[in-house]
Parts: sequence; C-alpha cells; structure tokens
Amino acid sequence: MISLSSPVKTAAHDWPAGLKLAALCVATVGLFYIESPLILAGVVTAILIAYALPGRAFLRAGLAALKLLWPFIVIVAIWQAVIGELVQGAVIVMRMVSAVALANLVSMTTRLSDMIAVVRWLTTPLRRFGLSTAALEIAIALVIRMVPVLTNKGGRLTESWRARATRRPSWRLVLPFTLLALDDADHVGDALRARGGLTSERET
Amino acid sequence: MEKNVALIALFAALIAVLALIPKITLGFGVPITAQSLGIMLAGAVLGSKRGALAVLLFLLLVAVGLPLLAGGRGGLGVFFGPTGGFLFSWPLAAWLTGFIVEKWRSVPLGASVFVGAILGGIVLSYAMGIVGLSLALGKSLIESTSLMLVFIPGDMIKALIVAALTVSLSRARPSSVLSRH
Repeated sequence: MISLSSPVKTAAHDWPAGLKLAALCVATVGLFYIESPLILAGVVTAILIAYALPGRAFLRAGLAALKLLWPFIVIVAIWQAVIGELVQGAVIVMRMVSAVALANLVSMTTRLSDMIAVVRWLTTPLRRFGLSTAALEIAIALVIRMVPVLTNKGGRLTESWRARATRRPSWRLVLPFTLLALDDADHVGDALRARGGLTSERET
Repeated sequence: MEKNVALIALFAALIAVLALIPKITLGFGVPITAQSLGIMLAGAVLGSKRGALAVLLFLLLVAVGLPLLAGGRGGLGVFFGPTGGFLFSWPLAAWLTGFIVEKWRSVPLGASVFVGAILGGIVLSYAMGIVGLSLALGKSLIESTSLMLVFIPGDMIKALIVAALTVSLSRARPSSVLSRH
C-alpha cells in the first residue's frame, strides 16, 4: 500500500516528525487569528512556493490532494457573492486552503515509519498505567497487511456477483464481505495466540 | 485479548476497503460511500468499545498518511478540512451505535441497530460535522446545517442497511454480533 508521503525527497523529510506535527498545530491555530486578507494571501503564496520548490512532480501531487476543497470553495464564493462580502469570502477560502495545504505538506514530507514512531512516542505514557502498547503496534501492522487482502477478497466477491447477476453489485455484497472479515479475524486471533500472544510482559 | 485485537484490526481494514470496492450502488443508482456505513456497522457488530477502537485505529492510519478514505484521500489535511468534524465524530458515532445496541435489549436487534445508527451515525455525527463545517466556512450553524441536509436521506438509508446487515449477520453467525453477547 502506498503512503501519501512523497517519493520526491526534500530537506523536510529529515526534520523530526514530532516537531513538524507540533508546528502544524501551532500554525493552524494561528491561521484563525489572521483577519487581514493581505497577510493571508502572503501565507498562501509562501505555502505555494514551498510546494513548488521540490519540483513539478511534488507540486502536482500536492495540488491533487487539495482538489477535495473545490466544492467548498465554490459554495463559499457563491454565498459571499450573494451577500456581497467578497473580501470576507476570500479570507475564509484562503484560511481553509492554507490549513489543509499545510497539513498535507507535513504528510507529504514525513515517512510512514517516522509517523508511526511519533504514535509510539505519544502512547508511551499508557505503558506507565500498565497498558500494553504492543497490541496497538500489532494492530497497525495487521490493518496495513489486511487492507490489500480484503480488497482482493472484495474484488472476487464483486466478480462472482457479476458472473451471476445482470444488475450491478449492490450493498448486499457487504454481508458476505463482513463474514469473510470476521472469519479472518478468528484465524488471525488464533495465529497471534499460537505465536505467543499479546498478554505476556515484553519490552517493546 | 488476541481475538479482540484481531477483530478491531480487521474491522478497521474493513472500513478502509468499503471505500475501495468499486461502485456499490443503491437501488436507484445513487453511488454511496460505504465508508460511513462501515462506521455504523463497526459499532453495531463489535459493540461500543471495540467499535470505537476499530474506528480510532482506522483514523490513526489515515492520519499517519495512508490513503484509506473514500476517493483515496488521507493524511493530515483531511482532518483540517471543512469535513474534518465528521471524521472526529466517527469514533463517537460507532461508540454510541454500539452502546444503544448493547443496552436496549427489549426490542428486536434490527430496531435497536436502526435507532443506534440514526442517533450515532446521523444525529451525533452531523452535529459534530456541522460545527466543523461552520468553523471552516465561517458560516453560522444553521447555514451550515442547510448545506448538509441533502445528505441525510442517504444516511438514513445506510442506517436501514446496517440494521438489515446486522440482523442477517446474527442469523448467519449468531456469535458474531458481539454487541448482543
């Protein structure tokens, strides 16, 4: 499975992931205090430059991730045009685009392994309360492995539906699909137990 | 313990894959994102705690950068976008759905799942989603609600589907509906 982390290597890939995430939180809160359209336009321009610096492939991937904002930009634009407050509309749109683009930038410049290391670090306090974080780490690995497995099984269910029916696959497929997933969970649970289980005290 | 971890992980994967299976269409040809259906189903089948944990695990993997949301979206950006409120509501939606199915045993399973999915997957989810939307778009809560009204009928149908699925599951594998055990 492909992570959204960009294959185009940038200097920011080597910055500490925790620092990037903390900076992102501060910056996003800060965005809501900027009321001036000029400053916001400067922020958007700076973010665009940051997207463009690593090259065209990086810029294209970054802009593609922002496509989901178009419907909202159109809604705000029409709304603000109707009530006649276009400057306020520009502020709203630029703030929204900046917040999403910044977060997306962090995702693109942080490797999956670094992100998971941050998750592990964030969950260390739980270990002090006697909770095992090994379960979380196994669960993360299991999901990453099982998504392609289940996709494959879902695809085969869709094919067998098509082989028998003239109509398009409907929501009814979700039932056998869920049963397959539950059966897999049974097997995986047994396999985990057979390999020593998760309850034993182990330092991770 | 192992069984629970496996169930939670498999349901998180199921929620992800429900967005990938191409074109599940409703009777009248409206394509639905089966993903929010997966959220309600997690609560209804796994129960409140495991259901919420499965959704949290799924969102964690989205946040660390896996493109598991409908349309191949993922990463941190989606949480900061206008629909981020809905994502934050999902673990609670699964929890509430499961909680109602667990506690309200005096009615048939299908009825409690339907009511749970409506309250968790629609009322709670939209309440949080609309607050997020109004923050991002700078609109009032009532204005933001009006933007979202069109999606509610589709979600009511999903709640019905989840109820039907859970009842069928309990017939096919009586032990699989953990919220009633």
